[in-house]
Amino acid sequence: MSGETMGQEAAAVASLGITASATGNASRAEETAGEAVAGGIAVERLAAWFGRNRILADINLNMPPRSITAIIGPSGCGKSTFIRCLNRLHELVPGARVEGRVWLNGAEIYGPRVDPVQVRRRVGMVFQKPNPFPTMSIFDNVVAGMRFGSRRLSRQETRDVVERSLRQAALWDEVKDRLRAPATSLSGGQQQRLCIARALAVEPEVLLLDEPASALDPLSTLKIEELLAQIKMSYAIVIVTHNMQQAARVSEQTAFFLNGELVEQGPTQELFTRPRDRRTEDYITGRFG
Amino acid sequence: MISLDRLARRRVWNTVAMAGAGLCAAVALVSLLAVLVWLGGKGIPALDLAFFTELPKPVGEPGGGMANAIAGTLIVLGIACAIAVPVGMGAGVYLAEYGRNRLGGVVRFTCDVLTGVPSIAVGIYVYILMVLTSKQFSALAGGVSLAVIMLPIVTRSTEEMLRLVPVSLREAGLALGAPHWRVVTGVVLHTARGGLITGGLVALARVAGETAPLLFTAFNNRYWSASLDQPIATLPVQIFTYAIAPFDDWHRQAWAGALVLVGMVLIISIIARLIGRQAGTGAWR
Ligand SMILES: Nc1ncnc2c1ncn2[C@@H]1O[C@H](COP(=O)(O)OP(=O)(O)OP(=O)(O)O)[C@@H](O)[C@H]1O
Ligand SMILES: [Mg+2]
Repeated sequence: MSGETMGQEAAAVASLGITASATGNASRAEETAGEAVAGGIAVERLAAWFGRNRILADINLNMPPRSITAIIGPSGCGKSTFIRCLNRLHELVPGARVEGRVWLNGAEIYGPRVDPVQVRRRVGMVFQKPNPFPTMSIFDNVVAGMRFGSRRLSRQETRDVVERSLRQAALWDEVKDRLRAPATSLSGGQQQRLCIARALAVEPEVLLLDEPASALDPLSTLKIEELLAQIKMSYAIVIVTHNMQQAARVSEQTAFFLNGELVEQGPTQELFTRPRDRRTEDYITGRFG
Repeated sequence: MISLDRLARRRVWNTVAMAGAGLCAAVALVSLLAVLVWLGGKGIPALDLAFFTELPKPVGEPGGGMANAIAGTLIVLGIACAIAVPVGMGAGVYLAEYGRNRLGGVVRFTCDVLTGVPSIAVGIYVYILMVLTSKQFSALAGGVSLAVIMLPIVTRSTEEMLRLVPVSLREAGLALGAPHWRVVTGVVLHTARGGLITGGLVALARVAGETAPLLFTAFNNRYWSASLDQPIATLPVQIFTYAIAPFDDWHRQAWAGALVLVGMVLIISIIARLIGRQAGTGAWR
């Protein structure tokens, strides 16, 4: 690993230490961090359908903890469908179906007695379009996940969670004086960071991001990338992106999808400099897609 | 190429069509205004404090008011809302969230049929069901009959409003690990609340002036009554009774009653509009 990455990791550890003491709940933060790094998500022979159309076929991919996996590929190749299989959101579309296996921290999430709701608590997701709850304040948006999960927290704990999550999402300084304002009063980029804070507040093990920066200006994009570098020590992160520079900047591992197939996967550096497959090379050099 | 002649003809037609549509709009507006003005002209002179505070006087005695009928209308409408709003909302939630099956289709169709049933038929139905069995006209029976009319309206408007909530918000809730029912109560209903209130108020305004079903159920009462198992006076029935009586003084009071009733419906409608407009801007930004 490059010296730069090491530096980022050190920064991430430092920031974790700071937040832990800021919440006054260091032991719990460490505990959760310890739990989270053990996680990771892997798929085996994954296939997905919309009605009779097979969208994904025979995907095998390991997305380890403490690292960022980038999913790239042309529009319509099934990237969103893929990550929606990882938190069991795909099956909610009428007629949609999933086959194959997905392992979360060693346990199968499509097993017969698994509750999808429990899976989604452990696998957070940020959508392509910012979707804060429009009738709720900034504060209530961040704690929505905990309220839905009927986790009982004291007022002070709740406030701590809000501050920690908003700081992690690099939004705290911009909103700390108006936490009670409606979430819709934020700009698009701020709303997206709010959605990230909302996902982080429930302390998932895996974080899925579907083109989180596609609607954002370069500065907001940069903030989100910095944020990912900071938090990746505690999560397995999967990010879908159309922006290949972004994939190269933030990820350790990249997977290239084409027409529902996983064409190539590997360490990001290698995939971008020495692609093994012609189609990967064509795509990353911009010959199609 | 279009010849000048055809262009001119088009212009003429355009003007004629626009004038025609404008005329129709004007006729609708003018007739509505005429009703209101006429009602005001006849009703306002008959309105006084006694109308709002006193009971009806016996035949031949001048004065008196409709205080008991105003209170009775509020009570009966309250009963109707207390029944139709929770049941209708529940049914609407069922249709919107779980109703993609045969049963949902049946419920939806039933609602649409029920919306078209004449209110007098509803009155007779509740009469047979409640009044004949208990041998007693009652405020409760009146409320139930109005609730039956409100129910399909509330149900379908609830379903429509919930369907307007974007899928992306539901998915946001689900992705946070919320169970489906929690997403419905915490996100969907919350986001649609303005529309839900509007739907309830529209249904309320629709039944506030119903007379026929109340004749069979709540009947009438010359005195104060707050007990649900007794006949109760209501504005529409009182107006009806007074309007068909051969006394000038009663006719005057009927006008005043009609004015008050229209005023109530107008207020309900205006509140519904205001809330609906707020919801329209709030939820979609
Ligand atoms: N709700 C749906 N019903 C049926 N087909 C769908 C549905 N959503 C997506 N598809 C199809 O599935 C395929 C994969 O879609 P998906 O959204 O996963 O693509 P994507 O790689 O995320 O594209 P993009 O980069 O444009 O977001 C597409 O061909 C699309 O037409
Ligand atoms: Mg997509």
